[in-house]
Amino acid sequence: MKKFAAWILVLVLGASSTTAFGFPLKAVDTPNDKGNNVTLSWPAQPHPPEQWAVLRVEAGKTYAAIDTIGGELTSYTDETAKNGVPYQYRLAGLGAGGAGVFSEDSQPAVPEPSWFDTGKLNVFIVITLFLALVLYYIGQAQRGKQWSFRPIAGLAAIEEAIGRSTEMGKGVLYVPGVQDIDDIQTIASMIILGNVARMTAKYETPLMVPANSPAVYTVADEVVKGAYADVGRADAYRSDMVRYITSEQFAYVAAVNGMMLRERPAANLLLGAFFAESLLLAETGHETGAIQIAGTANVHQLPFFVVACDYTLIGEEYYAASAYLSKDAKLLGSLKASDTIKILLVLTIVAGCVLLTLGNHTLAEFFATQ
Amino acid sequence: MKREIPLLISMAAGIFVLIGFFVPHPAIRDIYDDIQGWVIIVVAFTYVLGMANLLRINTEQIQRRAKDWPYKLALVLSLIATMIVGFFFSRGSHYLDDGTGFSWIYLTFYSSMSSTMFSLLAFFIASAAFRAFRVRSVEALLLAVAALILMIGRVPIGNAIHPAIPQIADWLMEIPQNAAKRGILMGAALGVIATGFRVILGIERTYGEGGGT
Repeated sequence: MKKFAAWILVLVLGASSTTAFGFPLKAVDTPNDKGNNVTLSWPAQPHPPEQWAVLRVEAGKTYAAIDTIGGELTSYTDETAKNGVPYQYRLAGLGAGGAGVFSEDSQPAVPEPSWFDTGKLNVFIVITLFLALVLYYIGQAQRGKQWSFRPIAGLAAIEEAIGRSTEMGKGVLYVPGVQDIDDIQTIASMIILGNVARMTAKYETPLMVPANSPAVYTVADEVVKGAYADVGRADAYRSDMVRYITSEQFAYVAAVNGMMLRERPAANLLLGAFFAESLLLAETGHETGAIQIAGTANVHQLPFFVVACDYTLIGEEYYAASAYLSKDAKLLGSLKASDTIKILLVLTIVAGCVLLTLGNHTLAEFFATQ
Repeated sequence: MKREIPLLISMAAGIFVLIGFFVPHPAIRDIYDDIQGWVIIVVAFTYVLGMANLLRINTEQIQRRAKDWPYKLALVLSLIATMIVGFFFSRGSHYLDDGTGFSWIYLTFYSSMSSTMFSLLAFFIASAAFRAFRVRSVEALLLAVAALILMIGRVPIGNAIHPAIPQIADWLMEIPQNAAKRGILMGAALGVIATGFRVILGIERTYGEGGGT
C-alpha cells in the first residue's frame, strides 16, 4: 500500500511542471545495437534513494513509469523503446530518501539500429588488412613468386608415417578431434584429412577415420571419397573407412582406444580439437608402438601431446598444414600473408608497450577487446 | 558443377557470416541468426546418416562373423534397447526426466562407464609424466625443474620447505608460461583467420571431390 502511494506520488509529481529537479540525466541511442534501445546515465548521487522510478514520455503524451531500479545505479538501458520514436526520460526517487528527488528531463533520444559495430573497428581493421595481404600474396604467387618457409618436422613426418604403415602392412588411424563441424579446428582437420587420404589412396594403405559427430562423419566421408577419386583410386575407397562412433566424449575415447589396441594401426594422426581425452588417446597409441602425430590449437592439451606423441603441430603449424602438404602456390601465399601480419602485430605490440610506458594509452585502448 | 556449387555455398555463407559479425542491424542480424538455426536443422539430419552408418557397418561385421563381432553385437543390442526404452517406456515423461527407464540406463551404465574412462587419466598422466621428466637434454632438464617447483609450490609442504617456492611457482605460471601461451594463441588466431579466408575465397580446395592440387 505504501509502495503504491509512492508510485502515485511519483507519477503526479513526475507529470507536474512545477516540480524542482536536481541532477542532469543523459539519454542516448544505445550504440552498436539492433535498435529499440536507449541508454540512460546520470551522476552518482551523494544520498541516493532506495530506488529509482524510470519515467518515459513520447511526444504529445504524458510521463509514465516503465521500470523500477536500484538507487545505487548510475545507468539504465530501456529495451522497450521503438525505433524512430523520440523519447524523453526522467528519474524519480522512491522509498527511503527518495521523496521529492527527481532528475532533470533528458534530451530527446531516438533509438535506431546500427549498420556498423564501432566496438569491433579494431578487429575490422586487422581483418581487412589481413584480407588485403592474402589477396596481394595470392596475386604474387600466381605470377610465379616463390617463398621459403621453415620446415615443420611434424608435417614432413605425415608422409613418412603413412609410408611406414604401408611397409608394415598396417593401417593409418586419423582422429579428427571431438568438436563438431562448426569448429574451425575440425574444418582444418577435414582439410588435412583430404591430403592424408590422397596419400593413403596412392600407397593403398588402409585408412580408419572414427568420427565423434554425425556431421563430421558426413563431411569426412565426402572428403575421403573425393580424395580417392582424385588420385584415380575410387575403387579402393571403402564405405567403412569413415565411421560414426558416438557424440559422447568418453564413449568415443573407449571406441578409438579399442581400435588402436585391436587393429594396431602403425600411424595415429590426432589432428583437431581435443580436451580431456587427449592423453587417454595419445598414451594408448604410444603403448601400441604406433608413430603418432598430433596437432591442435587447444593450448592446454599441447603438453600432453608433446609428451606422448612423436611429433606435435602447435597452434599455427596446425592451421598451416594444408598449405604445407598441398604445396599449392595460392595456399602458400596465404601463409606468407599470415607471417606478414604477425610481424605487423608484433611491431604494434612493441609500439603499444612503448606508448604505455610513456603514459599514452591510445593504442592499448584501441586494441582492447570491446 | 558438383564441385562449384558447394564452393559457392560455402563462400556465400562465409562472407555473410563475416559481414554479420560487424553489422548489428536487424536487416543482416536476423538472417545471420536464421543461418545459425539452419545449422541445427542440418546437423539434426546428419544424425540419421550417422545412425545408419553405425548400424550398417556393425551389422555387416556381425553377419560376416568378423573379428571381435561379439563387441559389435553388444553395441547394436545396447543401441536398440536404449532407443526402445527411450521411445516407449518413458511413461509419458521426457526421456531424460528422473525416474524414466532411459535416465536409469544413462545413470546406471553410461555414467559409470564414462567416469571409469575418465578416471584412467590419472594412470596415463603418471606414465606420461614419468617419460617426460627423464632428463636427456637441457630442455628436458628445464621442464623437469619447472615442473618440480610447480608441483611442490602448489601444495602446503612447498611453503613449509621455503616461502619462496610458491612465489617462484606463481612467477613461472604468470610470466614465462603466460608469455608462451599468448604467443601460441596469437599464432593460432592468425591461423584461424587465414584458414577462414582460404575457405571463403575458395582457394582451399583440398576438401571435396576434384579438389586435388
